[in-house]
Amino acid sequence: MRIALNEARCSGCRTCQVICSLHNYTENNPKKAAVKIIGHFPSPGRYEIKICDQCGVCAAVCPAEAIGEEDGIYIIDKEKCTGCGECVEACPSGAMLQHPAEKAPIKCVACGQCAELCQRGAIYDADTREVQ
Amino acid sequence: MNGYGGNILRINLTTGEMNIQPLPEEMAKEWIGQRGFIAKTLWDELKPGIDTLGPENKLVMSTGPLAGTLVPAGGKVSFGAKSPATGIYGESCMGGHIAAEMKYAGYDMIIIEGAAARPSYLYIKDDQVEIREASHLWGKGAIQAEKTLKDELGEDFQICTIGPAGEKLVKFACISHDFGRQAGRTGMGTVMGSKNIKAIAICGSNSIPLADMTAAIAKGKEMLKGCFAKENLEEWQDYGTAGVPVWANKIGAFPTKNFQSSYLEGNESLDGKIMRDKMVVTDKGCFGCPSPCGKYCFVKPYNVYTEGPEYETTALIGGNCVFTDIEQVGYLNYLCDELGLDTISAGNVIGFAMECYEKGILNQEQAGMELKFGDVASFKYLVEKIAAKEGIGSILAEGVKYAAEQFGGESIKFAIQIKGLEWSGYESRSAPSNMLAYMTCDLGAHHSRAWSVTHDIAVGRKVLEGKAQKVIDLQHIRPFFDLIGCCRLQWVEIGFELEHYPEVFRYITGFQYTQDDLMKISEKVWNLTRAFAWRELEDYGRKYDYPPARFYEETVTTGPNAGDVLSKEALEFLLDDYYKLRGWDQNGLPTREKLEQMGLEFVVRELEAYGRNLS
Repeated sequence: MRIALNEARCSGCRTCQVICSLHNYTENNPKKAAVKIIGHFPSPGRYEIKICDQCGVCAAVCPAEAIGEEDGIYIIDKEKCTGCGECVEACPSGAMLQHPAEKAPIKCVACGQCAELCQRGAIYDADTREVQ
Repeated sequence: MNGYGGNILRINLTTGEMNIQPLPEEMAKEWIGQRGFIAKTLWDELKPGIDTLGPENKLVMSTGPLAGTLVPAGGKVSFGAKSPATGIYGESCMGGHIAAEMKYAGYDMIIIEGAAARPSYLYIKDDQVEIREASHLWGKGAIQAEKTLKDELGEDFQICTIGPAGEKLVKFACISHDFGRQAGRTGMGTVMGSKNIKAIAICGSNSIPLADMTAAIAKGKEMLKGCFAKENLEEWQDYGTAGVPVWANKIGAFPTKNFQSSYLEGNESLDGKIMRDKMVVTDKGCFGCPSPCGKYCFVKPYNVYTEGPEYETTALIGGNCVFTDIEQVGYLNYLCDELGLDTISAGNVIGFAMECYEKGILNQEQAGMELKFGDVASFKYLVEKIAAKEGIGSILAEGVKYAAEQFGGESIKFAIQIKGLEWSGYESRSAPSNMLAYMTCDLGAHHSRAWSVTHDIAVGRKVLEGKAQKVIDLQHIRPFFDLIGCCRLQWVEIGFELEHYPEVFRYITGFQYTQDDLMKISEKVWNLTRAFAWRELEDYGRKYDYPPARFYEETVTTGPNAGDVLSKEALEFLLDDYYKLRGWDQNGLPTREKLEQMGLEFVVRELEAYGRNLS
């Protein structure tokens, strides 16, 4: 699973956020999704997708050493995480989020659920699909 | 409560009081949500005879149990109030993202009472609710006001606004959201303006509980993928409703020159393909939509951005006012959107004024300028005068029926409305079932409750028998989607099957309803809104259900259905059949037996208390 983006195809429907929260938190709550959709309206009229590209900066800055790497995917150990928010600030993609009800930040684990339900191909698995 | 935000938020703008009450389970079970909640609340809480623009009227915003979930296109919200356009039950729905957001904030319904002393907006962040100062937004266009608030509050807020027309209390002002989605009909923006509320901004951080999480996810995915697999999805996504004008013209249903005809010469240049090539910047979907029909456009010659034009706008501005240049229609769409005017009513009223001028009922002195069909300057002049309520605009701002009463002559015959609400985008002299759908729609001449042009084509356009039953069935199915918080277009446009909804409804709410049960509830709401109109107007009934004389006295002037007219006798047949099948009396009023059968005993008691004679 290699998550890739084609922002021009995003229609802003946010299905990606719903399935992300359902799959990773067992909650119907897009504010707990590890993907963020930002509309730029009325001009120039486009959507921006913010999602982790697994660059690893979060792991490098984490003072609690709570973020580990496994097969190129950076995962937060919720036990170790102190909720200090350093990783959120350091994230170069602005793709890590905090929710008032969660101590640990919300971060993409490349489960691919969003790509599975993005019929537009705005978020897609570059390992299995061509850009649309 | 599973599937619900779980609370009702009540705000009194006069006193500043607010309270949050849990949504009663009985209310959810009996009325489902959205339109059901609105109809029940307005029935219970509004005294008949109130001024629609006074503080006694209430603006009710509500969504349904499937909104904000994985169910396809769960992004619909409705606004309801006693309508300033019609004086009876008013309601209008829109897509976008604010329906889902209000549920994450914990609300299924927001009841706005009273009126603020000065321009204000509602700030709602979960249970933090404030009435905030909005003088910096007052006077701004609906889209510009949304942009200003979005910049102030952040991307996580979903915002709806009114434009200057709503502030000025134009009777067909809309509520706007998501930079181009509108709750356009029955003057809901007018009611919002009368309460001095420029905007409602909502941000929610809570989860929606689901009765069966595993089944709801599996079924939600199955439904989404079912939509993805539909054959015509690609074409629908490319053009959305902009693909419809050419078809509507070919079959002779495209409103043309104030409904003189159903065929517009040159209509091919309004086609979605041309629009896509010339104007579309991005496809734009509402919350959870698997088939995004929003076409967000940049209209180069006029240097403006606008969402659409959608079919209805192209029909009422394009056809009805005789514009065949899609970029001109796009520009006029933009003007209406910023001013906060319903494009359906605006196109209808302006087409009417143009015809009055052509026929000499209006002269240059009265109108303020020469008015011509197909003239951008005429349209721009009128729409700005309407929004500002200046000159001729002060009359037109009251709607086409009122304007005809003022202008006199024969103009009432071609004031295209029913119950005071301007007609939407289908000329129906050659489509009896669709004519009946407009005649009997609880809101006035609107297509949202039933649309059956294709049925008329399939079974015969002159056939009258059986048409009433089809209309009744549709009047339960289509507004069913306005009970659950979902868009109906997956079912209408890409052929997604209806039977999925009762099943997923069970997984989300835990309520064990069959499709028949849900349709019965939809029928119950239908009877309630009809009773609402009767409670308001003692003489309500059959005489409110006729279309303007143009449709039964004048023939279609051009196109494939030239020469067609739907006689008064045909209309009487359709109404007789319809009332009988509905279990109403010959005057079109619900009988005691029917209301009791629907579980509406409280309606019977109330109608009797107001001296209505039930048969």
